[in-house]
Amino acid sequence: MRHIISLLMENEAGALSRVAGLFSARGYNIESLAVAPTEDPTLSRMTIVTSGSDAVIEQINKQLNKLIDVAAVMDLSEGEHLERELMLVKVRAEGKAREELKRKMAVFNGRLIDESDRTCTVELTDTCAKLDEFLQVIGRDLILETVRTGASGIGRGERILKL
Amino acid sequence: MELTGAEIAIRCLQEEGVEYIFGYPGGAVLHIYDALFQQEKVKHILVRHEQAAIHAADGYARSSEKVGVALVTSGPGITNAVTGIATAYMDSIPMVVISGQVPSYAIGEDAFQEVDAVGITRPCVKHNFLVKDVKDIATTIKKAFYLAKSGRPGPVLVDIPKDISNQKTEFLYPDSVNIRSYNPVGKGDIAQVKQAVQLLLGAKRPMVYSGGGVVLSGASTQLTELVRLLGFPCTNTLMGLGAYPAGDKQFVGMPGMHGTYEACMAMQHCDVLLAVGARFDDRVVGNVEHFAQVPRKIIHIDIDPSSIAKRVKVDVPVVGDLKLVLEQMLDVLRSSKQMPDASNLATWWKQVDEWRVKGGGLRYKNSTEIIKPQFVIEKLYEITGGDAFVTSDVGQHQMWAAQYYKFNKPRRWINSGGLGTMGFGLPAAMGVQLINPGATVACVTGEGSIQMNIQELSTCKQFHLPIKVVSLNNRYLGMVRQWQEFFHGNRYAESYMDALPDFVKLAEAYGHVGMRIDKPSDVEPALKEAFARKKDLVFMDFQTDPTENVFPMVPGGKGLSEVILSEDL
Repeated sequence: MRHIISLLMENEAGALSRVAGLFSARGYNIESLAVAPTEDPTLSRMTIVTSGSDAVIEQINKQLNKLIDVAAVMDLSEGEHLERELMLVKVRAEGKAREELKRKMAVFNGRLIDESDRTCTVELTDTCAKLDEFLQVIGRDLILETVRTGASGIGRGERILKL
Repeated sequence: MELTGAEIAIRCLQEEGVEYIFGYPGGAVLHIYDALFQQEKVKHILVRHEQAAIHAADGYARSSEKVGVALVTSGPGITNAVTGIATAYMDSIPMVVISGQVPSYAIGEDAFQEVDAVGITRPCVKHNFLVKDVKDIATTIKKAFYLAKSGRPGPVLVDIPKDISNQKTEFLYPDSVNIRSYNPVGKGDIAQVKQAVQLLLGAKRPMVYSGGGVVLSGASTQLTELVRLLGFPCTNTLMGLGAYPAGDKQFVGMPGMHGTYEACMAMQHCDVLLAVGARFDDRVVGNVEHFAQVPRKIIHIDIDPSSIAKRVKVDVPVVGDLKLVLEQMLDVLRSSKQMPDASNLATWWKQVDEWRVKGGGLRYKNSTEIIKPQFVIEKLYEITGGDAFVTSDVGQHQMWAAQYYKFNKPRRWINSGGLGTMGFGLPAAMGVQLINPGATVACVTGEGSIQMNIQELSTCKQFHLPIKVVSLNNRYLGMVRQWQEFFHGNRYAESYMDALPDFVKLAEAYGHVGMRIDKPSDVEPALKEAFARKKDLVFMDFQTDPTENVFPMVPGGKGLSEVILSEDL
């Protein structure tokens, strides 16, 4: 089952490699991994999308907690949460196709952030599933580049991950 | 007064009360060696290979309750150390390794003897640090010691670039350090403890399965008290030998691949299993599906939550320091004024004793013609009064030592259990002998393993370490040969040790005493003579039966009750 795990870790050199190394060493899946410092510059917040049986997910949580640089771990998928991913997609858009693209983009609440004679670049922020859907609607033939950040997640309401 | 980074590093070791460090100098650690040279508190043991430095620090830690410390240079210094560090990591041994690094301005330029030490060691350390500022050396080393010995212990690496070790700053050693992302646990959750005790009280076929964690936590007394109070059968894993006295009637021997029949059967058929500081690893519970066929409740006490429910499902997890948790359990048990049902327990013991009879105990067919390796260990046990520190290498000799030397005290059996590192025994024995001067230290090894760190005979000479090397020389990599006999149609691919040196001459060349023992009747006199030589290292080259196999045996991937007993009977 797909799980989205959030963690707070020391914003130190090598911290990211400890997490990435843990996943590869123990054979866990990483679907995506997004990381950046928080309002406290000494802490980084990471969102990992992974999948596995309940036992594997339990081990992933425990093994992450065991890393000395990791201060807090929360499996967001255990409760109500929100997730968003940012995607930039460059699409071949000539003639009629450009109008078609803009129409589809509007449906998905995308933003046009760059245009050239033959291309359009769309910015889209939504759930991973929605982004997948958008790519499908545009079609692989027209897509020139896809850049995705991986999901970022946060708990709903009073569900807070903080030190 | 300002001190150099190197001087600070050594001062830190002094503050930590480090008596001995094991190491090997090189370019990147020259400043640190210079600082070491100019003081006397911390004594340096010069090994002949960095792997041995780590194993020696490891043996030092295992046989005491101290943190082992090693010092190596950059590049090949640290890569040679990796096997030792991984060995310590697998067995959760508290250790601090200081490595030199190329100057910080040269990092990343493929400098001479540069290697990414933090990257290379990352999967086999509890934590590691690259010191980038001389002002951080003292706190980093303080953190390293704290991390190494607290919680689930393990090796910690501190990598110090050469320029940092030569820069100056004020020295201030912190009394304590706080790592906000690291909070090792102490006592267990009392509700869980109570639930565990209730489960134990209601058990009909209880079994205690104790591992290396009991030794590491110093919880041997508490474990023994609890087991005796409850009257349950108890097994110690390879890593836990000595935590519960082997001479006790409630002890059923070691479980697992080469465990006793009764220990394997009792593990398999119990209805409540109390696992204490053990991790259900594949050499203990080969086949977890087979193990799960018998319904049983499992209580698992461990300091590391990730050890719980890793291979088997657990009903009552208790996370905490074993010593404290076992004390909690004893308290709860005593205040409950209840005891397990005596008649159920008697029935269960009757069954266990039947298994003891059926298994026939650990046994082998002795010979007057050829030396049986088990016989050597039995005699070793007798002659040392069961009170020696015994280190071992890896293979058949390790299993025979674990089976036939009855350890009654913790920290006496020193072996590489998790990683299975050949070459561990001799350097580990050096560390053991240094921290236990005057104690009897035996290194049980084979002609294969001993050659993986034979150069340390030179270190032993330099530092007057009167280790007794008991080499069971069967001219084969015995455990490999055994598996090839059982599972690979007697095709002994590369397991025959040809062109062996004359170990007597070799020992003599290093300045030690060498003995070659060919006949069973000479085993006892040779051991007596060797152990009477209190000041000498004696290398005993026992010519043993090359075809002897280790029994009982649970083949890899099989269930505990699928144990094969000795073919001789």
